[in-house]
Amino acid sequence: MSPSKEELIKALCDRHGKELQDKFSGTTVAVCGLGGLGSNIALSLARAGIGKLILIDFDRVDISNLNRQQYKVCQTGKYKTDALRENLSEVAPCTDIETYTVKLSENNLDKYLKGADIVCEAFDRAEEKAMLTNTVLEKMPDKYLVAASGMAGLGSVNSIKTRRISDKFYLCGDGESDICEGIGLLSTRVMLCAAHQAHTVLRIISGEYNV
Amino acid sequence: MVKINGEFLDIAGKTISEYLIETKYDIKRVAIERNGDIVPKAEYEQTVIADGDCIEIVNFVGGG
Repeated sequence: MSPSKEELIKALCDRHGKELQDKFSGTTVAVCGLGGLGSNIALSLARAGIGKLILIDFDRVDISNLNRQQYKVCQTGKYKTDALRENLSEVAPCTDIETYTVKLSENNLDKYLKGADIVCEAFDRAEEKAMLTNTVLEKMPDKYLVAASGMAGLGSVNSIKTRRISDKFYLCGDGESDICEGIGLLSTRVMLCAAHQAHTVLRIISGEYNV
Repeated sequence: MVKINGEFLDIAGKTISEYLIETKYDIKRVAIERNGDIVPKAEYEQTVIADGDCIEIVNFVGGG
């Protein structure tokens, strides 16, 4: 029989300490893009017992995603929002999930991100990454932003880093390994970058702001 | 001198736009912090880089 929600929350409190777990449980994180970065960020944060995740992606699970994204073969063709909601509810049912199957733009960001304390940029295209970063930093100065750039290919794991660019803007990745240069995305290095982002989120929540 | 991405350069007096074009950045892929504050894209053409500025140009690459 599956444990109850009370038992699951108690297990999280035993593991993390009640004070920290209460902070995790009281935080809402938006994940923009549910590909290799976003699906892994969401899974890590749900396992940590984040109170609520806002998951946003317009796309469907494709066979080419399965090498690195947290979806199953049987979910091919489903919207990523629906598929990830299913998967998260199986591993971490205590996290509230809100999903939006939409394409984000500078004109609608505010509508979908307004409830978030922390925003994770997890898009694929460089122009979209820049659009989200500029819009959040210009128009939502109360929010923390954790973005990523440069995680393609077989480069060293040790070149993936987290930098604090300004007070509320963190950037993870090696800063240069572009998908367009013919190097594919591998689950390991993408997960590593996603883990940097998710861990940065947990550190911010815990009050550790320096990297 | 101006500090850009950790490097000291003698470029005070240029606008952000001029510097980005000269150095061949793709404006659609960047986000710029100047002395800890975001520079709105609409202000790149008017923003003159001043002596002592600390500027961080984040040049996004694809993949995620």
